[in-house]
Amino acid sequence: MKRQSYDGVVLAAPVTIPYTRYSTETAHYWIARALRETLRAAGLKPTELDGFSVASFTLFPDTPVGLTQHLGLSPRWLDTIPMGGASGLAALRRAARAVQAGDVDIVACVAGDTNHIDSFRKLLSSFSRFAMDAGYPYGYGGPNANFALLTDRYMQEYGATREDFGRICVAQRANALKNPHAVMKKPLSLQQYMDARPISDPIALFDCVMPVAGSEAYLVMREDEAIKRNLPFAHILGTIERHNAHIEDPIQLRGGWTVDIDELWEMAGCGPDDIDLLQTYDDYPVISAMQIEDMGFCAKGEAAAFIRSHDLTVEGDFPHNTSGGQLSAGQAGAAGGFIGLVEAIRQVTHTGGPTQVPDARRAAISGFGMINYDRGLCSAAAIIEGAQS
Amino acid sequence: MTTPLTPPPRKDPLKRTVSPTQPPVIRSRAALGLTAMAAEGRFALQTCAECGAVQYPPRDACSACLSTDLPWWDIAPTGQLLAETTVQTSVKQYFRERTPWRVGSVQLDAGPVVICHLHGDVAANARVRLRLLLDRAGQGVILALPQERTDHMADDPELRLMSSDPHLRRVLITDARHPFAPDLAAALQTAGATLIFAGEPENWLPNPNRSALEAAGAEILPLDVTDTKSVERMAGEIGGKTDILINTARFMRPGGVLARGGTGFARDEMEVNYLGLMRLAQAFGPAMCGRTADGVNSAVAWVNILSVHARTNTPGFGCFNASQAAAFSLSQSLRAEFRGAGLRVMNVFTGPLEEDWYQPLPPPKVTGPALARSVVSGLRDGLEDVWCGDVAKDFEERFCKNPKVLEIELGQEMGE
Ligand SMILES: [Zn+2]
Repeated sequence: MKRQSYDGVVLAAPVTIPYTRYSTETAHYWIARALRETLRAAGLKPTELDGFSVASFTLFPDTPVGLTQHLGLSPRWLDTIPMGGASGLAALRRAARAVQAGDVDIVACVAGDTNHIDSFRKLLSSFSRFAMDAGYPYGYGGPNANFALLTDRYMQEYGATREDFGRICVAQRANALKNPHAVMKKPLSLQQYMDARPISDPIALFDCVMPVAGSEAYLVMREDEAIKRNLPFAHILGTIERHNAHIEDPIQLRGGWTVDIDELWEMAGCGPDDIDLLQTYDDYPVISAMQIEDMGFCAKGEAAAFIRSHDLTVEGDFPHNTSGGQLSAGQAGAAGGFIGLVEAIRQVTHTGGPTQVPDARRAAISGFGMINYDRGLCSAAAIIEGAQS
Repeated sequence: MTTPLTPPPRKDPLKRTVSPTQPPVIRSRAALGLTAMAAEGRFALQTCAECGAVQYPPRDACSACLSTDLPWWDIAPTGQLLAETTVQTSVKQYFRERTPWRVGSVQLDAGPVVICHLHGDVAANARVRLRLLLDRAGQGVILALPQERTDHMADDPELRLMSSDPHLRRVLITDARHPFAPDLAAALQTAGATLIFAGEPENWLPNPNRSALEAAGAEILPLDVTDTKSVERMAGEIGGKTDILINTARFMRPGGVLARGGTGFARDEMEVNYLGLMRLAQAFGPAMCGRTADGVNSAVAWVNILSVHARTNTPGFGCFNASQAAAFSLSQSLRAEFRGAGLRVMNVFTGPLEEDWYQPLPPPKVTGPALARSVVSGLRDGLEDVWCGDVAKDFEERFCKNPKVLEIELGQEMGE
């Protein structure tokens, strides 16, 4: 059956609360701040909000239900998205359909996590049953070790080199230097990337994100609401989502996007050549390379060549992770699944400020989440387009 | 190629001994099946009883057909290395102290992909042989090894941590009068133990084992496990350099309850076999637990030699077997108490031994060299449960099938 379009539903009021390396505050605090800013942009009081979607790893012992009382909300539609790096796009898909069906008028999609001095270690030790049983006992390298294995195999299979991954990181650092809120403030050269401290071979320091505290938010609403509230907004041209794809692959060299990619571009009514910027989920550069391939920007195994022949910075011919991405702006827990989407909404509504790509109109965003055992299980993507003013 | 281990330098008494830390210990209930298989040295994974799909990681329903009937079956321990990494930094103290740590992703010939420890001699993209071993948390983990033997392969740092290898370690055999003590000492010497102590009760009396023990390089010291002071004195002397303790102390007489005229022998049996073990554990246990991270000659294992009838009794040696059951039960408590320190308890269950007290029983019986082989290979493989000899192996099979049927059968055999 042909999927229904998202006509009449829009994205607005993108908010990023500047990240900090560590925070003594709670996830509640970070979520409250992002929610407040996005509601303020739309001129909404908390009690007027009728839809609320939350992604967070550090809310325990609370759930989004507890958050409604904590934050004084009275929504008629409530969602929780436990999908890590795919949470921003999964939140969008659910909220957009609920708005379209009239179950809710405005949904605030919020992701936020804190980062106490010891919380990364605690988060690691409670991530999933398969990781606990069959991952951590083997060197306890966490995601670094998992992605090191994938990177090793990817390099063997496709001849990519560390320099190729380094180019992704170096370009993102250049973008981050334009973003006043990025956690990383110093330039990064390819040589520095190559010389970095090894973490889990072939992964070295600059292949890894820095866990931080922070939050991100945006609103989903009908187009007439956005116009009434005088908000710049973006249309949703197409979306896809897939979990545990390619069960038969012994090691992950492609993600779930490959299953649904034709549907994405068909629904969006455009192709990779029509895209002005790409936001990938960049927990490790190999995953961004995989998304460049699986989203159709180049053939499988050719990301390295693609990266060598393109400029991935804001001024370049292939702007990618324009705010610096997680690799340079930091990974704020579940907000890492929102960073690309929120930045893309800013870009296509021309509110990107210092990282704005000139004349950006269409953005592709891909998300990737949840290493359950040996691979990331969730994948999602969306194409969005800024409204013509 | 593995760098061979060298004997550690004499210990500097002013240096602090590294406190033992543990690899991750928490597991789901399903994953404890790996530990149970590793304890006996089996390579088994859950295999769907309905569709035959081999499962990993352990789970509660088949990922091919959703059946919840997932028995543990032995599978081919072979596979193909797909990718590898060397962890250089870890947030877990145990690994942080031991990096670099090599890890691989291996596709088993049986189907599933496992993330596993990787022996240093495995080449990139090589075919590998897999073993399920107990780590220092006492949990079952998978290690990939080269297909062919390599030089000094047992000295690989990851493999060494998962075994209780006597090579370059110091061993105490608690009773030099046990008929098989000389065979044990000889096998340990051959296996590369650097010091062998043998405890001798009533050492003013002649001991026919003495010359054979001394020929195997054993140092004979007075030790009476029925005397708390004697045990404490010995622990004070060598407790800080006992890496492996093999408890051979044993008092036995034949007979079930009615065949015995009173409780005298039973008291002696409990005094040596049960309370003796307890005295040894109280005196040697704490020092050994404190030295499990002490380098090449760290404390590593506690070995009990038990009659297989500790698990199911028979009237022929009914009262003695009851003391063995008590010792076995105590060993389970000890195992749990030592686990936090990473000190492994290995029980070697034997059928009747080839010696005077078992003379009336028919063959097959366990010889001294056979017991010694079982002890040394069990230590090298880092096992918890070893079944020594044909009688013990047969017993184990029947016990696993139906312990109640075994009890009835054994009672009838002896009743004839
Ligand atoms: Zn099945």
